[in-house]
Amino acid sequence: MNVNQSTIQIRTATANDLGAVTMLDGKITGLDKPDYWRDLIRRFGGRKQDRYFLIAETGTDLLGFIMGEVRAWEFGSPPCGWIFAVNVEPDQRLGGVGTALFDALCKRFRDGGVTTVRTMLARDDTLIMSFFRSQGMMAGPYIELEAAL
Amino acid sequence: MKLQMASRLALFAILELAGDQERQRSAGEIADAYGVSLNHLAKVLRDLSRAGLVEAVRGVGGGYRFSGNSKRTTLLDVILLFENVDGHAKEGTNGVKASATEAALSLILKEIDDTVRATLQSITIDTAVKLTHRLSAPKK
Repeated sequence: MNVNQSTIQIRTATANDLGAVTMLDGKITGLDKPDYWRDLIRRFGGRKQDRYFLIAETGTDLLGFIMGEVRAWEFGSPPCGWIFAVNVEPDQRLGGVGTALFDALCKRFRDGGVTTVRTMLARDDTLIMSFFRSQGMMAGPYIELEAAL
Repeated sequence: MKLQMASRLALFAILELAGDQERQRSAGEIADAYGVSLNHLAKVLRDLSRAGLVEAVRGVGGGYRFSGNSKRTTLLDVILLFENVDGHAKEGTNGVKASATEAALSLILKEIDDTVRATLQSITIDTAVKLTHRLSAPKK
């Protein structure tokens, strides 16, 4: 059941969100990673400028979250916004939660002075790639390369 | 990447019809809009109809309308009705024993195939329609 989009609230994550964030991620990935999310909420939950960990909720129910940061000069790139993670409660997908989170993060990036948003994802992660493409994102000028060591 | 004509016609038709789902359009209107063969388009529309992506509406003002789920159907879903997109990596030398060179070339072509497939599989009809609208909007 989708929520009314006008009731979606976006705010910065706090330590109190750890349980709900860990649970949502676990529901999607099948992995329980509380230490990982505790560290990210600590580092991205508003302690440092240009780092964002945003929560979407209605009332007290967590609907999803998104995380990103403005980074500069990696791979020769001028400052741009990077999205590292986005997760939406499976029952709430296609209801505008992801779009609300994406828009809120992009607004913070724009307010921070950058004009490009970027992300990287697994080629076979069709669901999340479709989401980013639905937001108007397309392949950029970089290609990821790797090798077995 | 070059799509076969049937795939291109199918995508033209689907994007045209999905762009305005309230409106029905005849095969002739779509063929005229894109300057393509009506006979070929009509055959493609029959295939799309069999796949449940378009529906023929009979009677005055009849034509075709999009009947799929534009947020679930991807460009790859449409193209696979008409052609295989994973062809390159499988190209061999017909009877010659596979060599390291052939294996290397196959690996490189597979990388291209994988990228093509991932791109087409991640773009829904809804996203492609939005892109079409964005490109057709007057520049500010």
